[in-house]
Amino acid sequence: MIINHPLLGPRDSAEFVYLGTADLMNRPDPDTATPEDWHDYAYLRDNPAGTHRELWFHDGGDRSILIVTRDTITHEISAVELALKTRAEA
Amino acid sequence: MTPKNRLDGGQIDRNTTLSFSFDGKQYTGHPGDTLASALLANNVRLMGRSFKYHRPRGPMTAGSEEPNAIVELRSGARQEPNTRATTAELFDGLAARSQNRWPSLKFDVMSINDRFSNFLTAGFYYKTFMWPAAFWEKLYEPIIRKAAGLGSLSMQADPDDYDKGFRHCDLLIVGAGPAGLSAALTAGRSGRQVIVADEDFRMGGRLNAETFEVADMAGADWAAQAVAELSAMPNVRLMPRTTVIGAFDHGIYGAVERISDHLPTPPTGKPRQILWRIYSGQTLLCAGATERPIAFNNNDRPGIMLAASVRAYVNRWAATPAQRVAIFTNNDDGHRTARDLHAKGVKVAAVIDTRADAPGAIDYEVLSGAQVVDTKGRLGVTFVELKLADGNSRTIECGALGVSGGWNPNVHLTCHQRGRPQWNGALAAFVPGGTLPPGMIVAGAANGAFSTHGALKSGADAARKALGLEGRAPELPQAEDAPVTQTPFWYVEGCSRAWLDQQNDVTVKDVKLSHQEGFRSVEHLKRYTTLGMATDQGKTSNMGGLAIMAELAGKAIPEVGTTVFRPPYTPTAIGVLAGRMRGTEFHPTRLTPSHYWAQERGAVFVEVGNWLRAQWFPLPGETHWRQSVDREVMATRASVGVCDCTTLGKIDVQGVDAAAFLNKLYCNGFAKLAVGKTRYGLMLREDGIAMDDGTAARLAEDHFVVTTTTANAGKVYQHMEFVRQCLMPDADVQLISTTEAWAQFAVAGPNSRRLLQKIVDPDVDISNDAFPFMACGNITVCGGLRARLFRISFSGELAFEIAVPARYGDALMRRLMAEGEEFDVTPYGTEALSVMRIEKGHAAGNELNGTTTALNLGMGRMVSRSKDSIGSKLSERPGLNEDDALMQVGLRPVSRDDKITAGGILMRADGPVDAAHSQGYVTSAAFSPTLGSMIGLGFLKDGGVRTGETLRLVSPLTDLTVEVEVEVVSPHFVDPEGERLRA
Amino acid sequence: MHDLSPITALGGSAARVETVGAVTLTERPDVALASVAARRGQAEACATALTRLLGAAAPAPGKSSAGDPFSAVWMGPGQWMLSADFTTHEDIAAMLKDALADMASITEQTDAWTCFDLTGQGAFAVLELLCNVNLTTFHAGNATRSTIHHLGCFVICTEPDTSVRIIGPRASAGSLHHAITTAMAAAL
Repeated sequence: MIINHPLLGPRDSAEFVYLGTADLMNRPDPDTATPEDWHDYAYLRDNPAGTHRELWFHDGGDRSILIVTRDTITHEISAVELALKTRAEA
Repeated sequence: MTPKNRLDGGQIDRNTTLSFSFDGKQYTGHPGDTLASALLANNVRLMGRSFKYHRPRGPMTAGSEEPNAIVELRSGARQEPNTRATTAELFDGLAARSQNRWPSLKFDVMSINDRFSNFLTAGFYYKTFMWPAAFWEKLYEPIIRKAAGLGSLSMQADPDDYDKGFRHCDLLIVGAGPAGLSAALTAGRSGRQVIVADEDFRMGGRLNAETFEVADMAGADWAAQAVAELSAMPNVRLMPRTTVIGAFDHGIYGAVERISDHLPTPPTGKPRQILWRIYSGQTLLCAGATERPIAFNNNDRPGIMLAASVRAYVNRWAATPAQRVAIFTNNDDGHRTARDLHAKGVKVAAVIDTRADAPGAIDYEVLSGAQVVDTKGRLGVTFVELKLADGNSRTIECGALGVSGGWNPNVHLTCHQRGRPQWNGALAAFVPGGTLPPGMIVAGAANGAFSTHGALKSGADAARKALGLEGRAPELPQAEDAPVTQTPFWYVEGCSRAWLDQQNDVTVKDVKLSHQEGFRSVEHLKRYTTLGMATDQGKTSNMGGLAIMAELAGKAIPEVGTTVFRPPYTPTAIGVLAGRMRGTEFHPTRLTPSHYWAQERGAVFVEVGNWLRAQWFPLPGETHWRQSVDREVMATRASVGVCDCTTLGKIDVQGVDAAAFLNKLYCNGFAKLAVGKTRYGLMLREDGIAMDDGTAARLAEDHFVVTTTTANAGKVYQHMEFVRQCLMPDADVQLISTTEAWAQFAVAGPNSRRLLQKIVDPDVDISNDAFPFMACGNITVCGGLRARLFRISFSGELAFEIAVPARYGDALMRRLMAEGEEFDVTPYGTEALSVMRIEKGHAAGNELNGTTTALNLGMGRMVSRSKDSIGSKLSERPGLNEDDALMQVGLRPVSRDDKITAGGILMRADGPVDAAHSQGYVTSAAFSPTLGSMIGLGFLKDGGVRTGETLRLVSPLTDLTVEVEVEVVSPHFVDPEGERLRA
Repeated sequence: MHDLSPITALGGSAARVETVGAVTLTERPDVALASVAARRGQAEACATALTRLLGAAAPAPGKSSAGDPFSAVWMGPGQWMLSADFTTHEDIAAMLKDALADMASITEQTDAWTCFDLTGQGAFAVLELLCNVNLTTFHAGNATRSTIHHLGCFVICTEPDTSVRIIGPRASAGSLHHAITTAMAAAL
């Protein structure tokens, strides 16, 4: 696959390490989260046949973590964002 | 002397004669020949025996779709089985052998199978060799394997090298026939980056095999001219001898280039083949079409070939399979072969056309509405039997029969992702359909444009479309544009032992049997009969099998569908998939800064991840590794030892929020760590399980150096980036690995300070007061070299770790050895390191094994409750905090000579020995020279309060009859109060 | 002056040089390196300060800037790898700290890496057997991180097809050198 890096352009997915769902960015608030919230965060994963937002770490590149929106059936990638930028602006 | 079946003309270089051998007999050919064309020219039709029935077989095709002419090339370690004679380029001295026959190709004992063919039908093996089960592995399979028709392996390592490479282009053109060349000229003239790959060694595709004219010159000449023009374009890269084997996601194609297969051996330093990963913006598939056969009784005799392949041999290679050739066709294309044969002076025995309205001819007989019903000839066809239009029979003598059942577009690459071919009724063939790989356009015969003009035009149009070229379409060269209609004609009525898949010996009868036995899905048919599962992947046979299956089921062909084509397009050597990554180059090797010095000392090395680390340093007279390791441990504990610990991961953490960042990463607190101090830290995963441990040294308010275990360095860095970018985006933190920047040595033992005092510069005070346990700092050594010093200890002794820029590591190690002579300084390796850490009760990889928590490791109280850190919340789960939770303990054998085995299971002193009664397990074990017995670390249920208890240690994986009595002790075997390391 | 003698990443006292055909591979132990990572909110200030140091704009993503005494390669968002001559700038990290004050985090990287120059007509034919860099658009001043023989490397183009710098992990210098020289033999 080719991931269109927002800064570096098209890069081979072999340069990246897959880190799993982008939901990992939504770590529960330690002050208010219930045990169930922590359980869901640590263990529950959707396995969609279709659009999936996921994290790819550019290990062989600039070390950015990207949020890649990918169709798990066709592998079509519809959006790529920098995780840091996205989080910092949120 | 010119071989008997060598004709005039052709694209071979007659100025050079090549000699080669087949089954030990010498022949000659010319550059430009394939092994098959040269053998045919020498009147050799018989080239192999079939897989199951050992029937005599000769080439059926002139290309990579070949099912029959499968041979072994070369000898010794380079022997390569299952190679197609039809694509093997001839070179001087080539030695080829037929396969799957004994004692000889002409007299093969196993051809007795053919007599028993009534028994050896589809499913024979499944039905017959079922009982008794134990016989399968020992008896049936070896016999079947020996009898089955695959070549033999040399059983030697492949002496050749293979490479991998990467190329990028705007347009990849797969296939250099008329469509591909026309596309390449259009695209090349536009200036864009173009790659043209073709599996043949001569580009031009069917233009080289036909007598058509293109632009008033021979098709082959036009192709050569086009290739010459393309070669001169700097933006076009021509890749002959290159098979595109797979279409992968987002325009990535795999292509195997055969660099040296046409040479006796690869030139020095050159690879045999290269696997290219081609990144293409757009791709044109111009893979052409494959002629399909017609099934009739005994249609597999040597000499029976596809009609267009006969034409290719005659026109391109000036070789005819026989002096008298008949043609059996259901379409006009077959007649072209007759015309070309006649023009070359080969006798056309007759053209047998299934159609009642077949076109006539003056020069030879055309039998309309006739069919071939059977053939004769022991080692090659001699006669064909016909059923004429009027129902009468007739026998025709011929040494070869060209068969044409029409053409199938080569849609394979269109299916490598989600494409599913569609049925085209007018062509009675599958054409590309469904969702093609993104960026792929199909042109020429591969898309059903069968005329030369059609191919040239569709290639040029597709290139313009793919690249978005504007302006007037270029002039196309003049070429034939004969209309093509194909009507289905798969097999001759009433045939039975009529071969569909000649490589796997699947007949029409087998397909019928499979239907009769209830296999309805095309995928089931394939697996039950093995149709299309041979090395040719059914390129000439799948269509016929499908058609017969559809007919039997009373369905239309498109309703039955096709099997899925998958990469690779043609058989691919495993070696080329590995490339250079094999043997010692399987992965890169990492050398420590003291590696060359350790080598001089005769160190024994061990692979740790990619690192090579000194495991121990044997001295003269030491014959067992334990002697060396025991000595290294004792010497370190008695005086001073030095160990290269560069391999530990080192990550530079800087920024205003560096301390807050480490507070989040480690379960214990780091915010209050003073500058100039180091602290042990334990990282948890979010689920509360321990991930890694190490130290963090605070070199400045906003600067830490974090160490990780050797094995987890990459993973921990990645985790830190995740926390930084995804969880703490607002924090001011900068990370970078410095593992290899610094050579770092542990200097351990009671004399370590005295040794280091000789190394550090005079102004550096490393006394216990000035530089106490867990101190750290930037210092200078040896007269001003910048260095880092940490007072940390893995061995339990008074110890330091000293770091200098890696290039000076070798010199520093030599200096430490020289200055340490007065203390009998001893270098120690990873074994002694491990023994000492077990003696000290330090957890390592065996204990941080992905199942253990801080509590298990005896560090439960380290998990700070006053702050949030990764894993702190879930480490509080009740399930991880039960009363009898596993706790790390030390273990000693009650009888001091007994052995403790890592991985052993702990059981109560009495009671049953089974999984339900397990009390825990041993994680690390070593012989402790300090204590004079084996010792172990392990996890024991409620281990914190069981000190002094005797347990049984069992090892179900090795020998359950052996039980060792062990005593539960403190894991800190040496200096439990930590007095030495604070000295 | 300290009295420890350095060795090169390949273990020698002098730089290793190999030539195949027209292409030469030269080990470059004389390159000092340090990373510069802008502190939060300081990326622009840091880029401006770097511009002064480099005498050219701080390189954008995928770019490098060659200058005297400092050259730079873009490493990541707000992060650059600076290089200079080792003999005069062994203490490059301290020098940069002085120049950039609290704007950036500086880390000495000299001996984390091994540096090779691949020069001569045909260097790209070697490179295409080593890494997936798109050489059709790899112009002078382009720089990227890429994987060679499973090793993360910086690949910097100083002149298309004739001059490329490869900076790879020091501990694997032998493996990297082996990969490059076998590719030279294969390609040239």
